[in-house]
Amino acid sequence: MELRRDVFQAIADPTRRAILLLLAAQTMTAGAIASNFDTARPTVSKHLQILTECELLKQEQNGREIHYHINAKKMKEVADFIEPFREMWDDRFNKLEAIMKNYKPKD
Amino acid sequence: MERKTKINAEDGKQEILITREFELPLELLFKAYVEPEIVEQWMGTKVLKLENKKHGGYQFETTDPKGNKHGFNGVIHEFVPNQKITRTFEMENSPFAVQLEFLSFEELTADSSKLTIQIVYKSVALRDQMLQLPFAQGLNMAHNRLQDIFDKLK
Repeated sequence: MELRRDVFQAIADPTRRAILLLLAAQTMTAGAIASNFDTARPTVSKHLQILTECELLKQEQNGREIHYHINAKKMKEVADFIEPFREMWDDRFNKLEAIMKNYKPKD
Repeated sequence: MERKTKINAEDGKQEILITREFELPLELLFKAYVEPEIVEQWMGTKVLKLENKKHGGYQFETTDPKGNKHGFNGVIHEFVPNQKITRTFEMENSPFAVQLEFLSFEELTADSSKLTIQIVYKSVALRDQMLQLPFAQGLNMAHNRLQDIFDKLK
């Protein structure tokens, strides 16, 4: 049986979100995408496969090369455009929490 | 990991709600908003002025990776220790209109607390734009990274 991919699971991963951000700007080949990450190439391919399976990305055959581009319609459905905003606050608050856990009152 | 910070932005409204629970006593959470040296650490900004009182004002300044300085300021309308801060927030030299922020601090247990921030924007369009700003910035960063790569290929 084919494994069903959940869109929200797909975008929960930071590398996959970074891939979506890259592709929001333009169409790219798998190689060009992979060159933006320190991760091993097969790992990036796996991420691309997951994103394609849940229709966030579309593939386009261009001669010998496969280009990836964002499926804007599906992205809108997810409304994940807010996620970086949430992360920005989450990062700040995590910092606040860490700092205050080590807080020693001066006297 | 658990998502501690929640954003609630209903369609067509010109406000958002940010909620977060902290594993911190209420007093410590509130202190993080009051002590300039602490604000500087977690907000990643320089605090030029922070007057924690009604009619007081604040001024922050951040420096981006390129060395450009960005100013933020606002006026404090309500200041009730360990309960609430009501203030305005404005990005200097930006086209974005001032926003109104209601911060409320609550004790959950002796060691945990909750912060709720309601932000009201001038319009629905502005709210949506502000929500997408970090996304757009991420996009710019990706852009710059690509540009760097292309420059190296030349």
